[in-house]
This record gives sequence, structure tokens and C-alpha cells, in this order.
Amino acid sequence: MNEHGILGIIICNMHDELLSEITAHRTIGSVPFGGRYRMIDFSLSNMANSGIKDVGIVPSRNYQSLIDHLGSGQEWDMARKNGGLCILPPYGSGSGVYEGRMQAIAGIENFIRKSAADLVVLSDSDVVANIDLEPVLKQHAETSADITLVYKYTDVFPEGRECVALNFGDDGRLKDLLMRPELSGKQDIYLDIAVIKKSLLEQLISESKSRDEHSFVRFVLKGKASVLNILGYCFDGWSNKLTGLKNYMDSNLALLNPAVRASLFPAERPIYTRVRDEVSARYGSFAEVENSLITDGCVIDGKVENSVIFRGARIEKGAVVSGCVLMHNTVVKSGAVLRHVITDKNVVVSSGEQLSGSEKYPLYIPKGTEL
Amino acid sequence: MRKKMIAMLLAGGQGSRLYALTKDLAKPAVPFGGKYRIIDFPLSNCVHSGIDTVGILTQYEPFVLSQYIGGGQSWDLNRTGGGTFILPPYQRSGKSDWYRGTANAVYQNLNFIRRWNPEYVAVLSGDHIYKMNYSKMLAAHIAANAACTVAVIPVPLKEASRFGILSTDEHDRITEFEEKPKQPKSNLASMGIYIFSADKLEKYLTEDEANPASQNDFGKNVIPAMLKAGERLCAYRFEGYWKDVGTVESLWEANMDLLAEHPALDLYDQSWKIYSKNPVMPPHVVEKGAVIHNSMVTEGCTVSGLVLGSVLFAGVKIEAGATVEHSIVMPGAIVRAGAHICRAVIGEGAEIGKGAAVGEAGGKIALVGPFAKAADNSVIPGGTVFGREELK
Repeated sequence: MNEHGILGIIICNMHDELLSEITAHRTIGSVPFGGRYRMIDFSLSNMANSGIKDVGIVPSRNYQSLIDHLGSGQEWDMARKNGGLCILPPYGSGSGVYEGRMQAIAGIENFIRKSAADLVVLSDSDVVANIDLEPVLKQHAETSADITLVYKYTDVFPEGRECVALNFGDDGRLKDLLMRPELSGKQDIYLDIAVIKKSLLEQLISESKSRDEHSFVRFVLKGKASVLNILGYCFDGWSNKLTGLKNYMDSNLALLNPAVRASLFPAERPIYTRVRDEVSARYGSFAEVENSLITDGCVIDGKVENSVIFRGARIEKGAVVSGCVLMHNTVVKSGAVLRHVITDKNVVVSSGEQLSGSEKYPLYIPKGTEL
Repeated sequence: MRKKMIAMLLAGGQGSRLYALTKDLAKPAVPFGGKYRIIDFPLSNCVHSGIDTVGILTQYEPFVLSQYIGGGQSWDLNRTGGGTFILPPYQRSGKSDWYRGTANAVYQNLNFIRRWNPEYVAVLSGDHIYKMNYSKMLAAHIAANAACTVAVIPVPLKEASRFGILSTDEHDRITEFEEKPKQPKSNLASMGIYIFSADKLEKYLTEDEANPASQNDFGKNVIPAMLKAGERLCAYRFEGYWKDVGTVESLWEANMDLLAEHPALDLYDQSWKIYSKNPVMPPHVVEKGAVIHNSMVTEGCTVSGLVLGSVLFAGVKIEAGATVEHSIVMPGAIVRAGAHICRAVIGEGAEIGKGAAVGEAGGKIALVGPFAKAADNSVIPGGTVFGREELK
């Protein structure tokens, strides 16, 4: 495959409202995940690992944390003289701040037009998965597809507000799709990754502008299914599309399953992230840790079970953390007890506090709260 | 623009007393403290001290080290008008030579130093663990109007004969310097860290080179020659943690020092972070039934067994029923079920078979070399070295 033949585009603010608590001050792309990652690390690493060298990142709002995280793109080997990583925040009047994918793409029309690529991979940043895109690109090249959609045959999400169920005909062509389907059981759920010829995308941008269409799913996938050859690629590894706070909790804790870790972190396709030069995690003499994911920079002297603990958290002697997701630099002081709690960054829980959510309804503590 | 100070980092040493650990690896590239290699300490010290140009003199097994240093970006030393420069011995018109000693190594790179035209040159060694602000030492050097300043630290008198030992007057001016004296006259040891005024460095290295009797060593030859010539040599007293990790025992000890309740070397101090090339691995996993006390564990590890008072490096796997006590386990090593490791250094990528016993309580440190495989139920007693060769 031609190295510069493919342009990646990652849209960072789609679905923010599904995690409104955690995205109050950040894009969904910069939502922390799995101890040391941000959501965008997955889509960006998937592109980097599949030989895509030029990627445009399209945020809409709340993107300071995203820009801070991505930096020059060096960790993804995308700090290049030509091409590489390019962050394209909204600018000027009438461009940039978007509600739908088509509008987001239209806002960076010039960036797309000046790219020398002939193929575009579009992705959101709300899916946690390690997807090798090379077979997708290969299939796209070998078939006469105008667009190839990556989907997963899986249960409709219980919280399923924003999922798109694709309906392919016997010839493999997309016939129809349902948004927010009133369906149950397994369906072909769109993972918000599409491969499309650049010239076709440009044509669709022009048309969407003149018709004031904002939605890629509605305008292109639903509206053009009869005229465009839209095919699917079934991804069979582990994936999770963030759909809400409970799903956020569950998908973090899913990393405690060895099969999930094997699918998400294969040695040959690493997930890259910003490096923080943290020291190793330090366990004290009173630490009791079981079935948990612990990240560098943590200092643990209390009890931790069935939890995911992010960088730099401190769990003091006598504290209990069970079934929790504790983000960066959370401090749980001696004697505090946390069950089914999500703490955002820099939360401090004082001695003796008892905080409890439930497995079905986790308790979320906003960034910087001192209890 | 003229540089105030550049650093020349001596990283060519074989570290023969680390045995199997340095068989295919220069000593400065030996893993340390869970996430680091020894060279991370002087490099991080440089960048925190405002030194942006570092020549790294390599000779013995340079590949791992060169690859590790890369463009210097891990230490924020990928700089315009500076950065890290790997300096192996090279061919010149007329003559070429290996580095014959520490002084000769720097002598052979005088042209490199001249290109930066620095006022001062720090000569550092790549095999010590310490955090030090070289800019404070430079301030002392300038204030004393010294030709050379030597960083010093008191050592126990019984160990003094392992070091360069010096005597000073009441103003910390050096009056005597003896390399590895049989009968040490003081306990003030040179740390192998020097700041030279650049013109003096060039003068004395050139003279040293012209002396056929010289062993071309800073401690043995250059410093004594400068003293003899009446140059102003000053001692800079360092307070803090400093450890030469030249032996398996001292490497083990320095790692264990990190596990003290209040370690003398505080790696968690955010104002003087030790940078390193971070592995790309997920957070570590502590499985059901695992017990970890008083230990350091880093990314990519999977712990299912018992880990007590130990340092695990990236990607280490400790299976259920295995016990690791008071040991250091280097990157990617695997300890199989039922194995028992006590007071040992396990090299990178080594594998300890099921039920094997390595080291012993109260015994000398056992060493399993990089990529060695200890068979199931094998016994590797304390004080022994088990390398890949032992298999044949």
C-alpha cells in the first residue's frame, strides 16, 4: 500500500453528550481510559499501526486537553516534516464548530483537498479496540466498494442511545440502517470507521454543503445506500463503544479479563500514548491488591480489588477501593472506603469517607473534588 | 553562540564485574530501578542542570546504548544547536585508535569540544546512580577560579581504597590525589565527576597524550599532573545519594535502597524527574491470589504470585505460586509457577523454570544472565552466576 496514499481523519467531539459528566471539560477523544490512555489513543494507534502516516484530528470544543495530550504526535511517530499529525480546531466564521460528522469534514475541506492521498479513513474516537486496518484497506481495494464500513456483530447496547445497526443485503451491500434501533439481540453495529475514496468524499462534501446536510450517517450511508456501493468489514476482536457512565465503568473493568487484554494490547500492535516519565508503582507493606490494573506513578498501601487505577493515584494504608475506576492523581486517604465509584482527575477523598455507587449505577466524582 | 558548558559522558566501560549482565551490553545501559537504565541518571541530571549538549563516548558493545539514546528525545535532549551525540572511536588521517583510557577518550574528541567552543566542560561517568545539579558545581568552580573541580563524597574508610581519594585544605582546595590508594589518607572519594575550564582541559589532555608513560586516565594521570603543575584544583562536596553500581552486589543494593520507607534517592520528586525511554505497554495487572508488598512494579507486568521487597521491570511475568523476594527482575523475564527467587538479580528476558530455586535467604546475590533459561526444578545457589553459556 502506498504510504502516503491514505489520509486518516479522526473526529473528536462526536458522542460527547453520552458521557456528559466526563466530557464537561474535555472531548470524548481525551477521555481517560484504561489507566494510562486517552480514548483517541486507540483510533490514532490503529492508524499508525496500519501504515497511515498522515492524520487530521478534528475537535470542535473543549479541546485543550486533547492538544496537550497529542503534542507534536511524536509518540505515534507522526511528528513528520511532511504530513504526520495535524490538529484542525475550528477557526474563522462558519467553519469548524460542528454537530455532525459531515459538517466536521466539510469544515476541513481545504485540508482534505490539498492532501495527496487518494483514500480517506474516517474514524470517531469513542471506540476502544485494537483494529488492524490493513485487511480493511485490502478488502476495500479488492472489491469495487465506494465506501467500506467497519462493524461488529454484537448485542445492541443496553444503554444504546447512539448506535447504528447496519443492514447488509445478500450481495454484501448496505441496504438500510437503523439509528437508535428498537432492536434487541445481536446486530451489525457500526464502529464509526469508514474507508472512502477521497474524490468521492470531496464530492459528498460539496453536495452536503449545498443541501445543508450535517450527518454522515443520515446523508451518506442512509441517503446514498441505493446509489453507492457501500460494503461492510466485520471486526471480530474485542471492542467497546462508549455509551454512558455505566458502560465507561464496565469497559474499563473489562480490561481485567485476560482475553480482552490480549485482543486490545497485542505486542505487535501497541497502543501508543503520551509518555509521562512516571516512576514505577510503589506497593507498601500494607498493600492488598487483587484483580486490578495498576499504573505507573501510583503509591498503594491500602486494599484494592477489581479496579482500574490510573497514573499517580495514592491509596493510603487502611483505605478500601473496590470495583472502582480512579483517574490520575486520585488520593484515597487512610480509612476511606470507595465502592463502584469513578473519580475524575485530582480527586481527594478524606479519611473516613464512605462512597458507594452500585454496579448498575456507578457514582461519579468530578475533577478536582475534595471530599 | 558560545556554550557555557557541555558534558562529555564516559559510557564506554565494559563493567566486567557485572559479569553476564554486561556480556552484550555496555554498563551504562544496564537496567535500573524498574524503568531506567543507569545512563538515565547523568542524562537527566544534565538536562535539569541546563546542559543541552552531551557527547556520549562509547566503545564497548555500543548498539543497545545507541539505540536507547536515539535522538535524545526521551531526555528532552533533541535540541536545535545541541543535543546528544554518540562518539565512538573513529578513523582520522594519519592515525586511528581505540579509546585507551578515560582521558584519551576525551582527548580523541577535542575537535568535538572545540566545535561548541564551551567555557567549561563537565566530564561525567555513565555508571553511577545519583541526582546532582551540575550548575551548582559550576557556580562553585567559577567562584573558586579553579582549573578543575572534582565532586567528592565521604566513603567508609575501609572501602576507600576502591576510589580516587583526595585530601584538601580548609578551603576545599585539593592538596593530594591518589587513585585507589592501598593506604588511604582520607575518606574523601572522587565521584568521577569533573568540571574543567575548557582551556585547561585541552592543555592537560594534550600534555598527557604526549607522555608515553601515562595510562591516559583522569584519576591516575591528568588530575595528579595538574596538581603537580600547581593548578588550582578544588573539591565540590556533594551531599545526597550516590552509588557506584559496578558490581552485582552494589547494583542489587542500589535497587533495594529504592524500597526503603524514605529512600535516600527520591525518584518520586517531580522537580527532578529521571527521564527514560518509556516502554509502550499497558498498565500492570495484579491477578486474583497475588500478593505484593513493599515492592516496585511497572507497566506490562503480570503478577499472579508472591512479590516481596522486590523491583520488577517492564513486562515481567510472575506466575501463580511463584515467590520473588528481595530480588530484581529485569525487563521481560518470566518466573514460572512454583519457582522461588530470593536475593537474586534476574537478567532481561530470562526464564526461571517451574519449581526452580534461585538464591537463598542471607546468602550472596545470585545472578541469572540475560535470556538465560533455568530449567524446571533447577537450583542456582546464592553467589553464583548462571548465564546462557551454562546451558551448553
